[in-house]
Amino acid sequence: MSPSTTEELLELPPKASEFKRFVRVFFGRKVVIFGTVVILLFLLTAAFAPLIAPYDPYAQNLGKALESPSREHMLGTDPLGRDELSRIIYGTRISLAVGIISVGIAAIIGMALGLFAGYFGKITNTVIMRFIDAMMAIPPIMLALAIAAALGGGLWNVIISLGVALIPTQARLMRGQVLSVKQADYVTAGEVIGASDLRIMTLHIVPNCLPPLIVLITLNLGVAILSEASLSFLGVGIKPPAAAWGAMVNDGYRYLLSNPVLSFAPGFCVMLIVIAFNLVGDGLRDALDPRLRGTL
Amino acid sequence: MAHLLEVKNLVTEFRTDRATVRAVDGVSYYIDEGEVVGLVGESGCGKSASQLSVFQLIASPPGKIVSGEALFEGEDILKYKADSEKMREIRGGKMGMIFQEPMTSLNPSLTIGTQIMESVMLHLKMDKRTARELALELLRLMGIPDAIERFYQYPHQFSGGMRQRVMIAIALSCNPKLLVADEPTTALDVTTQAQILEIVKNMVKKSNTALLVVTHNLGVVARYADRIYVMYAGRVIESGKSKDIFAAPRHPYTVGLLKSVPRLDEPKGRKLVPIPGLPPSLSSMPGHCAFYPRCSYRVDACKQKPWPELRNVGDDHYTACALDMR
Amino acid sequence: MADEPTTDRDRNILEVKDLKMYFPIVRGFRRRVVAHVHAVDDVGFAVKKGETLGLVGESGCGKSTVARCILRLYKPTQGQIVFNGQDIAGLTRSQMRRLRHQMQMIFQDPYSSLDPRQTAGNIVGEPMKVHRLFTTRHEYRERLAELFRMVGLDPSMEDRVPHEFSGGQRQRLSIARALATDPSFIVCDEPISALDVSIQAQIINLLQELQEKLGLTYLFIAHDLAVVRHISDRVAVMYLGRIVEITHWKDLYENPLHPYTRALLSAVPIPDPTIEEMRDHIILKGDVPSPLNAPPGCAFHPRCPSARKECRETVPVMKDVTGTHKVACVLF
Repeated sequence: MSPSTTEELLELPPKASEFKRFVRVFFGRKVVIFGTVVILLFLLTAAFAPLIAPYDPYAQNLGKALESPSREHMLGTDPLGRDELSRIIYGTRISLAVGIISVGIAAIIGMALGLFAGYFGKITNTVIMRFIDAMMAIPPIMLALAIAAALGGGLWNVIISLGVALIPTQARLMRGQVLSVKQADYVTAGEVIGASDLRIMTLHIVPNCLPPLIVLITLNLGVAILSEASLSFLGVGIKPPAAAWGAMVNDGYRYLLSNPVLSFAPGFCVMLIVIAFNLVGDGLRDALDPRLRGTL
Repeated sequence: MAHLLEVKNLVTEFRTDRATVRAVDGVSYYIDEGEVVGLVGESGCGKSASQLSVFQLIASPPGKIVSGEALFEGEDILKYKADSEKMREIRGGKMGMIFQEPMTSLNPSLTIGTQIMESVMLHLKMDKRTARELALELLRLMGIPDAIERFYQYPHQFSGGMRQRVMIAIALSCNPKLLVADEPTTALDVTTQAQILEIVKNMVKKSNTALLVVTHNLGVVARYADRIYVMYAGRVIESGKSKDIFAAPRHPYTVGLLKSVPRLDEPKGRKLVPIPGLPPSLSSMPGHCAFYPRCSYRVDACKQKPWPELRNVGDDHYTACALDMR
Repeated sequence: MADEPTTDRDRNILEVKDLKMYFPIVRGFRRRVVAHVHAVDDVGFAVKKGETLGLVGESGCGKSTVARCILRLYKPTQGQIVFNGQDIAGLTRSQMRRLRHQMQMIFQDPYSSLDPRQTAGNIVGEPMKVHRLFTTRHEYRERLAELFRMVGLDPSMEDRVPHEFSGGQRQRLSIARALATDPSFIVCDEPISALDVSIQAQIINLLQELQEKLGLTYLFIAHDLAVVRHISDRVAVMYLGRIVEITHWKDLYENPLHPYTRALLSAVPIPDPTIEEMRDHIILKGDVPSPLNAPPGCAFHPRCPSARKECRETVPVMKDVTGTHKVACVLF
């Protein structure tokens, strides 16, 4: 038949386990490990908040208002005597929930819009992209603000408004990726073998568009959390007495000189989680690159 | 008499964190004035890397010319630093090079005229007016119609074949003594390829320039080269007069190449005899002959000895195979 | 254009008639169509079952566009594409999908024709899944292993990703994928141009062996005349969207008629210095024109060494010189 297959065999290096390789590339950089650890810690904090928090975050104690950090209240108390640390811990739940759900909504809807616009082109593309352009004309935070204000504040309205505000960037990026992936011969091959549009889109196009989108998603997680904080700070976000980090920054704003911890602590948490998500996003993008597959 | 260019035992390595790759592994060749020499091999054999080394255009790191000499007009130019004035004088002045991809070798934001003039003014120290006239003359010689209009146009306004002609014009503008053409026509259509090579051949004959053609196309070397060097895995494995090598190749790789390529003039029934397997990975070379796994003439002894040096098997005909294949 | 004898044994598997493919040039904000690029113009030919028709030409000649029209990746502007007796030129996409298992394609670039995120096995097996060819998993895996072996690859490589294979091995995977649905017709679009010389022969031989073994019909597109002549039974030469000459492979070298074919042949060097010395070199003037700026009349006339006045005025029609040799030139 054709030249000996045993010779062909000898050329390929032994197959490294996919998973091991993924793990190796992902944890290859120390900063990525750092980011992962931070996110895990925040996730655990959110999950086990009731067990970790020393006090009830809603329990007011006006007699002990605005205390400085002490052994009993490690981060002090807020203007209504509530334990700052406990509120930060419970705040993790809100921030993560808002971040993950709103970005999830934006990603699913945005990627779907970008996929259809890019794959089908012509009228579908024009309609979708003009709509997206209109949305992008307004800065995301203003868009979120407008929607949140219109719907009234509250957790779910914030999530919806942020989700909607993040759709345009997801859609745009997805469309760009789809357009470039569509050029590849393997997509044409899909059509030649008779695969349906749905199959080509889900099996061939979407997976090959993912790497930059994953980075965008993790970036957006940070943006969402930050935006929630801004919205709450501006008063249209999560309403008190909910322990949202942004609202906490707002509450502590007046006491910046006397009790700086009240604003700095939640602010620091926002910063930390945003950085962590960015680092993890980088790591994921590198680890998912198929070109690094198979090489030891 | 000294050769115009004589390369002796050139070794160039590329170092990455994973491995050190010897792209050029002790390569020697020469070319005399007015000769056309072909350097033949497939991708990864080191033919381009050796030229870039001689011109000191190797990016370092990760590349490094480890040892060897390149005697141009008797003087070892490798002893000059890559960015020294002496090297820059020679490169583009006395030695010219044409690259494979004309689009990326021309500056997209400068007009063609400017680029030709730049070269001439730099090497021949001409004033602008003389340079401009020379540039226009060159464009006409290259068969580019409406040379005056074209002079002011940009690379993207030219087709691939035209751009390659401009590259040749630039390379020849300073009357180099040696012109190296690295896969000059691979990106071009067949009829354009014939045009370009014909132009180069004529220009080179007129000015007695030496021409070194680096290519994987055996037909091109058969048509234009007087002598050829065949490379594999970083080394020269056969060299000699073009007619001798094609008539009686003395290395199994050369034999394999010739048998595996279809020819316009052969009878239909001839089945192509491919070379089985794949070229070796340069980062993990065995101590013995690198062609061994794919060689149809091999014997056990080939695996036990180190890769043979070139030996004389005829009038200026050398082979790196220890076996007598006749 | 199809006048091949249609006895049972000499059936035409494909007949292309008066094929035209024009692409609109769109300008401006309102996307007005200002002109059309005549990528393919009045192309007609037939391919017998089991034979290989070679399609040669240089850049802009339209050979790839013809291939894509035949496979209905484009909807032709005009013309008929009769495949196994059925005109597929006007079918809808879903109607086409049902026929696709009979006609497949091998692509030029081994690096972009395989989905980098799929395993080799999934890539080769996908056509079978799409057309639901197997009821049991066992049959599917058997067939998959058979396909791998047919192209000279070890079936155990099925869970590797394309990136781990060499260029030549990837082309083998491409071929295996094309064979998965047991097609009768395969379009090979420059299948070896991107491969090293010593690997090209491996793939050419593989394609020929498979043709013999499975009774395949090929449309073989390439710019390398020597390769095309080697593998084809008949060869069609294209220039700027039209076929200028169709002939039996033997005639192509021994008796080329069209001036362009002669120039093309003379431009292909033969790896033999003694023979090369004796050959005539026909060097054409000018460059291959772009389809956007096609010269009037016979598109080749500005570069043709034998051009006459009438060449600028009329487009030559395809004429029969002998039964199998056709040429589109006023000289004949």
